[in-house]
Amino acid sequence: MSINRRDFFKALGATGMTIIGLNAAGSPGSNSDDDTEFYGILYDSSICIGCRACEKACAETHGLPEPEDEMEAGVQRKTSVTQRCTVNAFDTEEGEVYVRNQCMHCNEPACATACLTQAMYKTKEGPVIWREEKCMGCRYCMVSCPFDVPKFEYESANPIIQKCDMCYDRIKEGELPVCVETCGDALYFGTRRELIAEARRRIAEWPEMYIDSIYGEHTVGGTGYLYLSPVPHNELGFDIKLQKESYPSLTKSFLYSVPAVDVLVPSLLLGLHAATKNKQNKTENHD
Amino acid sequence: MTSPAYPITEKKQNQTIWRFLLKELKPSGKWLTPFNIISIPIILVGLALIVIRFTHGLGAVSNVTQEVPWGLWKGFNVVTGVAFAGGAYVLTFIVYILKVDKFHSIVRVTVLNGFLAYLFYTGALVLDLGKPWNIFNPVIGNNYGVSSVLFLVAWHFILYILGLLIEFSPAVAEWLGAKRAHKILSGMTIGAVIFGITLSVLHQSGLGALFLMAKEKIHPLWYSEFIPILFLVSSVFAGLSMIIFEGSISQQVFSDQIDEKSRTRRKEMLQILSRICGCSMFIYLFLQLLVFIHGQRGSYINSSMGYWFLVEMVGFVLVPMVLFILSYRKPNILLIRIAAIMTIIGIILNRLNVSIIAFRWDAAVRYVPSWMEIVISITIILIQIWIFRWIINRMPVFKGSPSWAKHKND
Ligand code: SF4
Ligand code: SF4
Repeated sequence: MSINRRDFFKALGATGMTIIGLNAAGSPGSNSDDDTEFYGILYDSSICIGCRACEKACAETHGLPEPEDEMEAGVQRKTSVTQRCTVNAFDTEEGEVYVRNQCMHCNEPACATACLTQAMYKTKEGPVIWREEKCMGCRYCMVSCPFDVPKFEYESANPIIQKCDMCYDRIKEGELPVCVETCGDALYFGTRRELIAEARRRIAEWPEMYIDSIYGEHTVGGTGYLYLSPVPHNELGFDIKLQKESYPSLTKSFLYSVPAVDVLVPSLLLGLHAATKNKQNKTENHD
Repeated sequence: MTSPAYPITEKKQNQTIWRFLLKELKPSGKWLTPFNIISIPIILVGLALIVIRFTHGLGAVSNVTQEVPWGLWKGFNVVTGVAFAGGAYVLTFIVYILKVDKFHSIVRVTVLNGFLAYLFYTGALVLDLGKPWNIFNPVIGNNYGVSSVLFLVAWHFILYILGLLIEFSPAVAEWLGAKRAHKILSGMTIGAVIFGITLSVLHQSGLGALFLMAKEKIHPLWYSEFIPILFLVSSVFAGLSMIIFEGSISQQVFSDQIDEKSRTRRKEMLQILSRICGCSMFIYLFLQLLVFIHGQRGSYINSSMGYWFLVEMVGFVLVPMVLFILSYRKPNILLIRIAAIMTIIGIILNRLNVSIIAFRWDAAVRYVPSWMEIVISITIILIQIWIFRWIINRMPVFKGSPSWAKHKND
């Protein structure tokens, strides 16, 4: 059933595209082929010692208050309007394991697809950034992000959206993101292709240290942040139910059918209108 | 309601247009009606709260959270309200495309209602924006987020408001006595209607499509990839039930403006409308059933959310559908009205479920609207009713058009 409908929408979409002469323009999927050259960060839970130096460095660099809340095993500290990243602890059979938590910099970000002003924006370097002068504060990005990452300043008359931007300004200058620079080994910066190769190498070299799976390699169509971990991901608060396909693909069929509907419905209506007009005239003549 | 808007065309031509408008701006009729006594204080409080919202930020009046970023204004005024305003496109389809002339007498009021609804729900949307001054970015800027469903919905909204304005404009021209403009504007009606229906099909389903990316956030009983189609089909009976409901109210409130002929016609109209409601509800339920079976949702039913789902589907879709169908054979106005009201409740439930109640149903902190949000929501609707009444008392909406505008239409 769902397959049928999808096909139907696809067909509709295809019609729409030919009519309008577009080729899936603006669809974030169109750049998914070269996603391997996006920059990203590999985070290694097996190495992270939970010192939270990256949290402090992040706050300092972005002019945010120094995080003061204590880390406690099992308590998920969420990111907030004043915290772009958090490090949480989990009790597992491998002992206490730490997990960093920030924007995933998805390959095909739901937030950027949702944004109607392109304020949320996937840069060609890979970081997903938020641009204040474009944002109208509709919060559709928050509704759409599967990780609940963008945070909105509800208490301000001129609110901003807070979220990790992978230190985009630093990357443009050729510098490392400040968290990577601060951290010794647990954070590793590179192109996605390099990161995956590096992650695989670590898994192969020290199989006793890792489970054989990289979170973010496929989840939601692949993310810029990749995670290595010593225990299954669901024990570390990861949402493993998230689909493999990218989130924008959920709206793609609807969006593609829009041009078709915009052209076909009026034609149909015009036809009907003409038909009923004739009928009316005829009945009038008979009267 | 004693203002004699007609015939004053002659007099009007001697006045300047401004003096005429000024005079018409004054309220007519009694001041201390129960409706005014209740609505004025609410509106005043609501307006004050709106000021606070803009000076102190959204959080000062609204309870929306980081996990549930869209609250009552989006869920109720926009998502729910637009479904009810769907009556305008269904009715213009019946009258202008299918040429069922019986309904001509209620087209104007429905279009007016639709127009005001859209205008005010856009207002609600702007209220909800964190940075409303950037609203022109997606309209004129070079920042088209064409891959965004919201972008499409916004554009279809704006264009549809224009379309409705054109459809209603002959009434304004008649009120102002502008004969030349009237001729031009009437000529544009059919174009605006076709345009309007197309836009409606898209934004009614588009409002559902807004939630497609919230896949894990909406309870599986309400989330499916069919949301756009379900929203579209339900907007048909939502809009028509609203027409039935509003009709029964305005018949009493504006009884002095409605002539005998349209009163008797009304019964016939109600019957046809209830038939369309019954049919579209059947289609809707059938679709819901398909989604239910193919989504293998059976396992969710035996839970509190499951019972809540059954309340919506059985209590407020199935039952009113049966009532509508019962009234096919023996038309019973009371039955139809009850069915319409139940349907309206069902639509409110459905839209609120998708956008608020089943949205993050598993969140630790549930979103519950604050009293201030509720007051602002009501204020928006009350102001809309005030303007509606102002227009009805002045322009030829219920009362017939002036004779100079008539002959072509009849
Ligand atoms: S995690 Fe959320 S905010 Fe970050 S890129 Fe993905 S969708 Fe956007
Ligand atoms: S809140 Fe801003 S960034 Fe988010 S979708 Fe709306 S306009 Fe885009």
